[in-house]
Amino acid sequence: MGIESYLPEGSILTTTLEKLVGWGRKNSVWPCTFGLACCAIEMMATSLAHYDIARFGSEVFRPSPRQSDLMIVAGTLTKKMSPMVKRIYEQISDPKWVIAMGACASCGGVFQSYAVVQGVDQVIPVDVYLPGCPPRPEGLLAALMKIQEKAANEKFRDRPDIIREEDVRKYIEQRNIKIAG
Amino acid sequence: MAKAKDIIKLIQKKHKKSIIEAEEFRGDPIVKVKKEKLLEVCEFLVKEKKLKFDLLVDVTAVDFLPEKRTPRFDLVYILVSIDNDHRLILKTEADEGEKVPSVYNIWKSANFPERETYDMFGIEFEGHPDLRRLLMWPGYEHYPLRKDFPTKGYDFDEKWDPEQIKDNVLKY
Repeated sequence: MGIESYLPEGSILTTTLEKLVGWGRKNSVWPCTFGLACCAIEMMATSLAHYDIARFGSEVFRPSPRQSDLMIVAGTLTKKMSPMVKRIYEQISDPKWVIAMGACASCGGVFQSYAVVQGVDQVIPVDVYLPGCPPRPEGLLAALMKIQEKAANEKFRDRPDIIREEDVRKYIEQRNIKIAG
Repeated sequence: MAKAKDIIKLIQKKHKKSIIEAEEFRGDPIVKVKKEKLLEVCEFLVKEKKLKFDLLVDVTAVDFLPEKRTPRFDLVYILVSIDNDHRLILKTEADEGEKVPSVYNIWKSANFPERETYDMFGIEFEGHPDLRRLLMWPGYEHYPLRKDFPTKGYDFDEKWDPEQIKDNVLKY
């Protein structure tokens, strides 16, 4: 079945930690159940049997942001809704990614209006912009594969959630903290 | 099902002095009454057995610009009688800053439509139990459905920061 059947017993594979972690993250990107407008219908279609997002390891739509890695902003983001979206993004634990699905989420779309945020990147950082009105499920899967690519090839030092050595040194220097020993 | 002419006649018979104008449009009666007499007329519309308007479908307003007409707004109440199967479009006039009596105590369904009208036109309803903005966030300064409001709004192109309305919105 898996890789173990092709290798003799007692085999050892060598890899780097970065690659191993990236491989794990790539194949278990869990999206947040989160729909704002008609794009959400297309997102649901993607999760159903015909397009089957489970092929990519993303079938578990989590109702809690604490358990998810990916936020698909599917639809028009109104200004009144924007504090909630920002809060949900902040509640997702790292590592996290964001897809701006459809024209509305990417740039406001047809709604050049006082009530609509002209692109969710004004509110939260976006990894992949997905055009279309609404995008077809194939489009969402393509965006998901872009996220997978990013997750697999990401270096630890590029991740915003990793504490870097130089940051720690800077912090210590700024506050004049003395370390014993 | 009473004809539009009969409905207008019935109202005219009882409230001749309250009516500003009355006409028929495609089989539906349209009656415009004075703002001060609105509650009185509404109560009559509910209680009169031949009319019995027991359902308020919608409350909305029309803005004629202040330089073109005083009073500025027309308020529109769409009424239906389920038992008698006829409808009535009741109108009244209000100027900017004037208070209009709320019909909440006659039809409970006036609650949200009146809130929406307040939100979009800035017309205040006297006696409404919970007159807050419905669609826009609390603290929004403008009234979007007024004719002098620009189509895209004043600040749609500026960068949006959700922090500025966070405290107002997350409270609810």
